[in-house]
Amino acid sequence: MSEASNANPALLDVRDVSKAFGAVEVLRSVSLQVKRGEVVTVIGPSGSGKTTLLRCVNFLESYDSGSIRIDGKEVGYREAGTRQRRSERDLASMRAETGMVFQSFNLFPHLTAAGNIMLGLTKVRGKNEAEARSIAEHWLGRVGLAHKADSLPAELSGGQQQRVGIARAVAMEPKILLLDEITSALDPELVGEVLAVVRSLAEDGMTMLMVTHEMAFARDASSRIVFMADGGVSAVGPPKEILAAETTNERLRTFLARFRASHF
Amino acid sequence: MGYALNFNLIWRHFDKLWGGLLLSLELAVISIAIGVVIGLVLAVWYVSAGRAVRAVIAAYVEFIRNVPLILLVYLVFYGLPTVVDLAYSAPTSFVLTLSVYSGAYLVEVFRSGLEAVPRGQLDAGKAIGLTPWQRLLHVRLPTMLRITLPALSNTFISLFKDTSIASVISVPELTFGAQWINFNTFRIVEVYLVTTAMYLVTGYIMLFGLRLVERRFRAAR
Repeated sequence: MSEASNANPALLDVRDVSKAFGAVEVLRSVSLQVKRGEVVTVIGPSGSGKTTLLRCVNFLESYDSGSIRIDGKEVGYREAGTRQRRSERDLASMRAETGMVFQSFNLFPHLTAAGNIMLGLTKVRGKNEAEARSIAEHWLGRVGLAHKADSLPAELSGGQQQRVGIARAVAMEPKILLLDEITSALDPELVGEVLAVVRSLAEDGMTMLMVTHEMAFARDASSRIVFMADGGVSAVGPPKEILAAETTNERLRTFLARFRASHF
Repeated sequence: MGYALNFNLIWRHFDKLWGGLLLSLELAVISIAIGVVIGLVLAVWYVSAGRAVRAVIAAYVEFIRNVPLILLVYLVFYGLPTVVDLAYSAPTSFVLTLSVYSGAYLVEVFRSGLEAVPRGQLDAGKAIGLTPWQRLLHVRLPTMLRITLPALSNTFISLFKDTSIASVISVPELTFGAQWINFNTFRIVEVYLVTTAMYLVTGYIMLFGLRLVERRFRAAR
């Protein structure tokens, strides 16, 4: 049964995507679908292509072959079947449909928390200052930072910065949110506050594709888990199935065993 | 017999120094303003251009940096008008020269600043759907400015001091005023003491102002 015939077609449809950096194949014919409202988590050893895959979805990286569609629209290339890259203008408006949260937060250092959120709203969504400000305040409230609207990133803790990063992404009302190891750069005691925000977004039905090393969070929050190894999808399934200790997938078992060993 | 300091003659001709200082500042401000435009445009062009354009811009920078300013001043004032049919005053000629000269130094300052903007910030700009121009204007340039401010202050002050070279083509700026007083009064020590103090104080005031700007920006980091 193909996805296309399904009543709930995939919002994100990645098909046979391959990419090489020179001689190194980072993605080998990767396929994966994310339906509306789903939270899909990508796990795997470092160097397995997880982050590259995520960056291809909003075309921060180009891919050599295959197709990535969001809501039926090819992301980085023009439709006609040619491998012709979209214009920068086109790419910008495609990217505005996806939100991304980064491992290293990447807030704009010269703008306040509210300013970071307002930039896309005013320049890309065409809102006026007052509208943008009230949307920014709404989302800062959602991530528990209403009182930090006028603080600069340098005045915020890592966890606070990352929550602003999340607010900046979701304020644009993206169709899908991409989360790239968003807790990896945080002190352990700050991880919880960020994951709580992600969890509440998931409960609201936000579609998410997430790369993470937080296995407990992946288990609790994901609809499905994708295990990547050596640039390919090695296993896909519900969390219980993928994270089961008795899995028959050799690579996955090794990965999980190593992971458990390093976390106890 | 020892040399007795006597500043009376200096004060009598102080208008030469004061007027000279004002002209020095004017030359510096105009040249730096033009140089900033040249530097910004070429730096932005450089970081986004192909190899050919980069080579041309690099050649301009290398040429200027390896030729003494005084030679460029002579070339533009005495040389250029004999080759092409141009007539300009000495101050105009000097502003032209110092603009092109400062442009080359500022390209380097701005280019290294642009290249130092973390890639993550540009990714973040892309991710929210900003177009390349919007990313340049709202993400890359503001961060670049913050990164380059200290180097920029040094370059500005250095360029202000370079206006003294305009004296070789008789532009009546501060150094020229000092020379005039020296020739007419022979109070060489006094006149250069006062002139040095004037350069120093002006330089410090500029530095102080620029540091204030830096501090404001650093707070906003």
